[in-house]
Amino acid sequence: MSAAHQTLPRMFATLVAGALFGFGLSYATMIRPEVVLSFLRFEDFGLTLVMGGAVLVVLLAYKLVPRVLARPLLGESFHKHPSVWNRDTLLGSALFGVGWGLCGVCPGPAIAGLGAGNWSLLWALGGIALGALAQGLRAK
Amino acid sequence: MDLLLSLFPLGWQHYLLGGLLIGTGAALLFLLTGRIGGMSTVFSSTWSFVVSRPFFQQGRFVDSRGWRLVYALGLVLGALVWWLGFAGGVREATTVPVWQLLVGGFLVGYGARLGNGCTSGHGICGLGSLQWPSLLAVLTFMATAFLTANLMARWLA
Repeated sequence: MSAAHQTLPRMFATLVAGALFGFGLSYATMIRPEVVLSFLRFEDFGLTLVMGGAVLVVLLAYKLVPRVLARPLLGESFHKHPSVWNRDTLLGSALFGVGWGLCGVCPGPAIAGLGAGNWSLLWALGGIALGALAQGLRAK
Repeated sequence: MDLLLSLFPLGWQHYLLGGLLIGTGAALLFLLTGRIGGMSTVFSSTWSFVVSRPFFQQGRFVDSRGWRLVYALGLVLGALVWWLGFAGGVREATTVPVWQLLVGGFLVGYGARLGNGCTSGHGICGLGSLQWPSLLAVLTFMATAFLTANLMARWLA
């Protein structure tokens, strides 16, 4: 099958995968900034289970799937996204944490929260979009 | 039992199940399309539609901006299904003040893009592929987030 023929199924697959992700975020109440902030204040350790559960499944998939399949079911190759450690990663992560500790919202829940009618999260979503814009404008 | 209740006063099952579902979403994306589904890149790649500066016109943004938006739309749909089907359609609301959402959000966006990842990119996908730079990134943002949230709680108390 040519790449063009796969575009629609691939879009649909991406939509369904995103929906599972968003459903999981909501089911785990991560779209409530209060729950995230109570984790950051050591009052409720639920976020460790959310992250641990998600990492476990992803770890298995990233390890096992490429061993069983030569290529993804609807794509040409398994992507890799190597992370690097440098000054930007350190500074960026530190700033991200300050912002996250201030509002209790990270990028996934900022998007998903809209689906549950949490319009206040639009403020966070707008802030994130502006922050990403500012970062890109400052980059060379 | 008491320990469980003190660590997870609101229960623990929904956290674990929710986490497994989040992981399944990212795993399904990988199985079907081979893509690595972090969430913060969409905030840079979408600007490439309207901002012509070379930074935003990089291939990694332009080539992925379509599917990243679809992935984000999926996130909204998934939350909608949960809201209508499992939460009785009671509208979610937050008591976090607007200035905290806006300023915090700005730092989240700036920082995640500068550091090339957020709680899903470094936290789930990066740790899921056993990359030590992602582990360092997670430890860094957890540390500054713990600090900020606790200082804020003290000041606002």
